[in-house]
Amino acid sequence: MKAQMNIRSLVNRDNNIVQLLVMTVLIFAVMTALSPDKFLRYYNFESITYIFPELGLLSIAMMIAMLTGGIDLSVVGVANLSGILAGVLFHKMAGAAGIADTGILTVLLGGVIALGTGLVAGTVNGLLITRLGITPILATLGTGQVFTGLAIVLTGGPAIVGFPTAWAFLGNGKILGLATPFVLFAAIAALIAFVLSRTALGINLMLIGTNPKAALFAGLKRERMVLYSYMLTGVLASVAGIILSGRTNAAKSDYGTSYLLQAVLIAVLGGTNPAGGRGTVLGITIAVAALMLLSSGFQILRFSNHLIDFIWGAFLLLVIAINAYKNRTR
Amino acid sequence: MSDGFIELRNIRKVFAGVVALDAMSLVIKPGEIHCLAGENGSGKSTVIKIMSGVYQPDGGEILIDGRTMPGMSPIEAIAHGVQVIYQDFSLFGNLTVAENLAMNVHLGEKRRLMNWRRTRAIAREAVDRLGVELDLDAEVASLPTAGKQLVAIARALMSDARLIIMDEPTTALTRKEVETLFRIVRDIQARGIAILFVSHKMREMLEISERITVIRNGRKVAEGPTGGFDEALITRHMTGSDILNEPYVWTPPPGPPPVPRLEIRSLTVPGKCEDLSLAIRPGEIVGLSGLLGSGRTDLALALFGMVPRYQGEILIDGAPVRLRTTQEAIDAGIAYVPEDRLSEGLFLPQSIKRNMLATSYERLARRLVIDRGQAEEMTQGMVRAMQIATPTAEKPVMQLSGGNQQRVVLARWLLTDARVLILNGPTVGVDVGSKAEIHAKIRELAQHHGLAVLMISDDVLELVQNCNRIVLMHRGRFIEDLPAADVTEETVSDRLKTFT
Amino acid sequence: MALLRRSETVIAGILLLAMVLIGTINPAFWQLDNLFSLMRSNVIIGIMAMGVLLVLISGGIDVSFPAFAVAAMYLTIKGMLALGYNGVVLPLLAATLMGLAFGAVNGFFVYKFRMIPLIVTLGTSAMVRGFLLGIVGTSMININKMPTALIDFARTDVVSVTKADSTTYGLTAMVLIYLGLALAMHLVLRYTMIGRSAYALGGDPEAARRAGFDLRKTIFFIYCVAGALAGFAGLLHSGMIWLANPRDFVGLELDVIAAVVLGGASIFGGRGSVLGTMLGVFMLVMVKNSLIIMRVDTTWQLVVVGLIVIAATALSAWRDRRRAA
Repeated sequence: MKAQMNIRSLVNRDNNIVQLLVMTVLIFAVMTALSPDKFLRYYNFESITYIFPELGLLSIAMMIAMLTGGIDLSVVGVANLSGILAGVLFHKMAGAAGIADTGILTVLLGGVIALGTGLVAGTVNGLLITRLGITPILATLGTGQVFTGLAIVLTGGPAIVGFPTAWAFLGNGKILGLATPFVLFAAIAALIAFVLSRTALGINLMLIGTNPKAALFAGLKRERMVLYSYMLTGVLASVAGIILSGRTNAAKSDYGTSYLLQAVLIAVLGGTNPAGGRGTVLGITIAVAALMLLSSGFQILRFSNHLIDFIWGAFLLLVIAINAYKNRTR
Repeated sequence: MSDGFIELRNIRKVFAGVVALDAMSLVIKPGEIHCLAGENGSGKSTVIKIMSGVYQPDGGEILIDGRTMPGMSPIEAIAHGVQVIYQDFSLFGNLTVAENLAMNVHLGEKRRLMNWRRTRAIAREAVDRLGVELDLDAEVASLPTAGKQLVAIARALMSDARLIIMDEPTTALTRKEVETLFRIVRDIQARGIAILFVSHKMREMLEISERITVIRNGRKVAEGPTGGFDEALITRHMTGSDILNEPYVWTPPPGPPPVPRLEIRSLTVPGKCEDLSLAIRPGEIVGLSGLLGSGRTDLALALFGMVPRYQGEILIDGAPVRLRTTQEAIDAGIAYVPEDRLSEGLFLPQSIKRNMLATSYERLARRLVIDRGQAEEMTQGMVRAMQIATPTAEKPVMQLSGGNQQRVVLARWLLTDARVLILNGPTVGVDVGSKAEIHAKIRELAQHHGLAVLMISDDVLELVQNCNRIVLMHRGRFIEDLPAADVTEETVSDRLKTFT
Repeated sequence: MALLRRSETVIAGILLLAMVLIGTINPAFWQLDNLFSLMRSNVIIGIMAMGVLLVLISGGIDVSFPAFAVAAMYLTIKGMLALGYNGVVLPLLAATLMGLAFGAVNGFFVYKFRMIPLIVTLGTSAMVRGFLLGIVGTSMININKMPTALIDFARTDVVSVTKADSTTYGLTAMVLIYLGLALAMHLVLRYTMIGRSAYALGGDPEAARRAGFDLRKTIFFIYCVAGALAGFAGLLHSGMIWLANPRDFVGLELDVIAAVVLGGASIFGGRGSVLGTMLGVFMLVMVKNSLIIMRVDTTWQLVVVGLIVIAATALSAWRDRRRAA
């Protein structure tokens, strides 16, 4: 009796994961059938492992904001600003040897500045939401604009090109034959999954998102936990910014603008409830993998980026409709 | 065959697999005052929503003037003269009194345009009809509760209503306001309008109604003219049995009186409570009763650190504490079980375990990571100690019965090593069997674990049977402190009635 | 006294103060041609703001209207060129209807699936823009190809003044269209039941349902009108700037939302007025233009608008919380 219950609850809980896996396999199969010679090449998968971590991290950040029923529309702005601030530092400190050979200490300082940017940005978001009571949508819409604006002010518009070699390693190097961004993503995703399921912060966020009023009466530190969650979101966004600037060897105020929609899509597709209380790193990871396979398939089929944006938008609406339908029958 | 204005026949309503109403039948005759009695959670509000077309029944039929009304919508119900005054009044706080009053008329006439002069005229007439004074241009959000209720009643009266359903209309009113309300209700009846008075307060039902229907667990259990009922009979029908309990006796230990667990000295919450002083010693269960709005909940919230601007002193075990946040209150050893379990007490889709441990996670994660072994141990211990009927603590708490859910909330606080337990409506919506067990648990906690318990309840009987002292509160002050041995339910209720 | 308590009065006061301040720093602000160009800049944002006001009153949010505007504009002009049609009324009608149809999709998803409007409108926005750029085309249609009737129409002035150096400037008649639409929105919000139902929905959705409002109709109306206004404004815009750019209006949603919140609409729904919104639009446009006049680097514009959004929403949140307490 008890064992039976456990199995059933396991299947129920991971129903979403199973569906996601099925979907991923399906996408894989369709893309293989459409263009086997191009899609199945090792190079294709390797390039995916370089590209998806940025988006994966932004999606995890989005999921964390959604856990408490919020949203973070400033993630892309934070990512770009982080990369740009580090880039500005490198250009200022660049010696005669040129940017590529910037000393490791300077690179570390750049990392601290980039992550610090994310932390400060997240703190600002968190304080606006918890202290001033602004709705997360409008607070992060406003700060996102400010961050992007600051990025433009710093660069004057064009990209900052040229990053130290050590920095670029984070975006396009290899560790034990695996793409560095992929390794970074795996480590961070595992860490976040651990934080969400095994620390007080993670479980408190789930509880707060499930019922904010009950959280208050249970004595949970609601304001502080929500603040922490936006700080975490900001830092994750800045890591995405570091990887992005390392991979492309450049930083610009309007890089990755289409990531915002994709991050929301992946979060919702990965089983996050935008109203709060539910979301897993595993779901996000599978969803981002599925989307990346789809995206690389589209690129092989020579779909334009605009067309892909169209498909993402349609996909988001489809997921909404399917989720609504599933919840109805339940 | 039916001589009723509205009739429910064999209504069945299921929510997500849970049967809310089953074989429910109810007849309201034209112009009668009918009482629908039942405990919280018995299905009263589902009946209201079906009669007003908000919910569609899953089985059975609704008849108005003898004609069946398949798929009745709220608009249709209103068009046939069914009006509901909800507990939250269902008013638009962002709109003016006049617009709130005239809204239904406009909607009923399927108007497309908004005529403000006519709106004011309609509102003026409605207010005059009720014989009260209201500022028509005031925003409803700015009115006090009694004012909002007047708006809601005036609104219900205007569209040629034939039945007005009042959902727990007296909860937030003083006795004087209740008398005014009853005068208005009789006045309405005199115009041939039927009233369905939904309540769980027996004295008020017996005073105002002509017929009573009692429901329990979604089924009708009794029906008849009011003359055939008395309080004991209604209680028996509502709860399913006579509640006969040994009264709770607390005897101070020999020697000098022990230091109070909780002591408050001239506690004042501006605008809510004034100059309250009270001491609860280990093992005492003190009852606190008073009308809603008497300040009893404000006192509880102040003790739980949710009203940081209170004045006066609070002492725990003789040591003064300053409670500015809920964390400070919890650290001081105070636990609070809120009034509305579903919206304030529980995280419904989350597991029993998470609900129980909600307040303990930070302590379980002293070394950053939650000690899962200890978490499991604590959960299992509490599931056993509180006798929660479930195969696994991983089950969502929403699948438990009301009684088991309340045990989960209690367990949460026992895990925090609370020394002072404040219970606001501890057995609201709990079935009879569980009720007795929860009472037994509370007594045990006081008697054997030395907790000080402050029990706030509308249910005077519950207080009389489980407390050794009962404090009556009115308009933010303590009026009386009665030893429970000297009082009966009658005397307390009578005393409460004199409050105006 | 009652007048003083109205938020419009407060906004108007702040606006006047800001005008005096800007005028003191740079007296050129008060020159008639500057004021005229300022009013001209109000038109497009203002018309879109009327739609966003309606959405915010109902407790929703819309970030898709710039995409709808640009799609309606570009498709209409493409259509005009393909058919060789040169007119004003029919194209404006077509663009409006196109916007309305897009808005209906928003309404459908918000009502039918009860999904958070932000996420729905993010999705529709991406779809419409992606469709436009990915399938219809990415090339600009500039002055030598633009339908002349549209340009001539948008060039109409109400008054025109000749300067000493014999150059002329005028106040565009498009301002009248804006005022007309604003008046219409005011009448709808104040004197129609559908308008009042938007307030009711934003005030308390559950109470609105119980009262018997047809919420499906209300939600469709809200998002359709927001879309229609955006479509109309989009085409008008291309006539005013003699250019149809399928990449136009990127990021405009923030300016418009900022203007509406500045104008006193509640971010929690249920409150907001046309007059306040017009003042908010004027304030936003003025501040943005003044940055240029005061020779502040244009790159700071985004920062300033972002800060305005934050300040305005913080004030709105503070005010509404105090009112609720």
